[in-house]
Amino acid sequence: MAVAVPSRSRSRRGRSVAYLLLAPGLLWLLVFFAWPIGQMFFTSLQTGSFEEGYQLTWHFQTYADVVGQFNTQLVRSLVYSLIVTGGCLLIGYPLAYGIAMRGGKWKNALLFMVILPFFVSFVIRTLSWKFILADDGMVLGTLKNWHLLPDDFRVLATSIAVIAGLMYNFLPFMVLPLYVALEKLDPSLLEAAGDLYSNRRTAFLKVTLPLSLPGVFAGSLLTFIPVAGDFVNASLLGSVNTTMLGNVIQREMLINNDYPTGAAISFILMAAILIGVFVYARLLGTEELTG
Amino acid sequence: MSDVEAVLTLERAEPGIGPRRKRKRVGRKGWVLPVYMALAIAYLFIPIGVMILFGFNNFKGKFNFTWEGFTLRHWRELFIFRDLTIALENSLLIAAIVTVISTVLGTLIALALTRHKFRGRSGTNLFIFLPMATPEVVMGASLLALFVTIGLARGLVTILISHIMFDISFVVVTVKARTQGFNTEWEEAAKDLGATPWVTFWTVTFPLILPGIMAAAALAFALSIDDYVVTTFNAGQTVTFPLWVFGASRFGVPPQVNVMGTIIFAVGVVLALLNVALQRRRV
Repeated sequence: MAVAVPSRSRSRRGRSVAYLLLAPGLLWLLVFFAWPIGQMFFTSLQTGSFEEGYQLTWHFQTYADVVGQFNTQLVRSLVYSLIVTGGCLLIGYPLAYGIAMRGGKWKNALLFMVILPFFVSFVIRTLSWKFILADDGMVLGTLKNWHLLPDDFRVLATSIAVIAGLMYNFLPFMVLPLYVALEKLDPSLLEAAGDLYSNRRTAFLKVTLPLSLPGVFAGSLLTFIPVAGDFVNASLLGSVNTTMLGNVIQREMLINNDYPTGAAISFILMAAILIGVFVYARLLGTEELTG
Repeated sequence: MSDVEAVLTLERAEPGIGPRRKRKRVGRKGWVLPVYMALAIAYLFIPIGVMILFGFNNFKGKFNFTWEGFTLRHWRELFIFRDLTIALENSLLIAAIVTVISTVLGTLIALALTRHKFRGRSGTNLFIFLPMATPEVVMGASLLALFVTIGLARGLVTILISHIMFDISFVVVTVKARTQGFNTEWEEAAKDLGATPWVTFWTVTFPLILPGIMAAAALAFALSIDDYVVTTFNAGQTVTFPLWVFGASRFGVPPQVNVMGTIIFAVGVVLALLNVALQRRRV
């Protein structure tokens, strides 16, 4: 008897140990991540005012109002995110490719350099660009002194500044997954392509690129999602003409104390991101990407 | 030997025999890509260099935008802004507490996910992934709505709660990467030699996954000390370092911020390099 029991009792004990290990952390995430987001759905259906309190009235109209009122910011957030994701892909792919294929013994050092910006606070990094791009700062000021630019030329407070800031801040998020995908690529596949008289271009298009698509997908998500919700770059580098959905959420929640509106915009932002991710996965056409 | 193989070996031996198309070597060395990589990495370094440089700028006006000469004044007078110093202390305190709690909670989850089979494991994996895929602004706003609903005053405690929340997933993923890799034979051996699960864990498993835990703790600390978005929703009257810097940006950021940023940067880089060196020696 004592011999037959152990395997079952051990696996059952193992299972209860597993649940014990999971419990504290999962509970934390349930209470402070899942519950707030669920709760926020009900917040978005409330009406009232900050002074008199908000009551749940199942007011779905808020969503329509919000889309009507903030469609500029919604479209702008999505357009900026698309441009930034595409830009990061264009800048990041050759960099990741170079590190993976030509890095040699310097691979880890190069990767470390790519993540070096993370050792500087996000806000300070963004402010640095404000220094660099300032109207009379080191770049524009100098060019203006040499009369290469008109005196009223500016980059700060334009869409270009916001997009450039976002692109800078999220480039490493694109490079790392691309590197992981390219690094896994078996060099003998490329040799095979060469043996079969493929030129470098075809070898890249038919072998390297398709095999790196999971990295492209992961990198795009890691860039697109945070960019769509960002408001730090738009606040520090932009103007009232470059506000994104994140700015609106922040304003409604913290300044206007209009929690239902802020909650509704948050859900619209998440819905927009989900639709974007779904369409993108279909476009890339590989179902195993997500697996 | 099959025909195909014969053709292939011939091909290898005498390239001239094949069709008269020139075979180009894939992965040929060139200078364009290395130069591009150097430029891209230089681009990543620019704001870091600007931050460090302008901590030494002897500027007179209100805005620290143009170079006006070298000084160590701001390093000597690092703590002259009382509220900035308090903000930095708050950030360090918060990051320390958050790192300990989130590293413990996340490591436990990672162990459960990789060392145990249980129902709902793939669901748990997906759930762990969700906070990393949710925009920070949504997490911050929803926590704010929750705290308002349940009437919890915002301050140090709510900041701690929110940072632990977004750190857990990153810890799980980082530790998992380590626990997945090593084989379980060592643990089996310990058990065969009569070690209890408790002893096995502390003498075999824990030392093996310690580098992963250290890396996770470092990441948790970095994410916490750097966070602006989630914190701004849940800080109340408490000010952290990123919040102070963001607020100051409207009327000109004092160079002390550059100096503090430089110190945090240097400490982070040194610790990361030490961690790498230690791991190398262990292997």
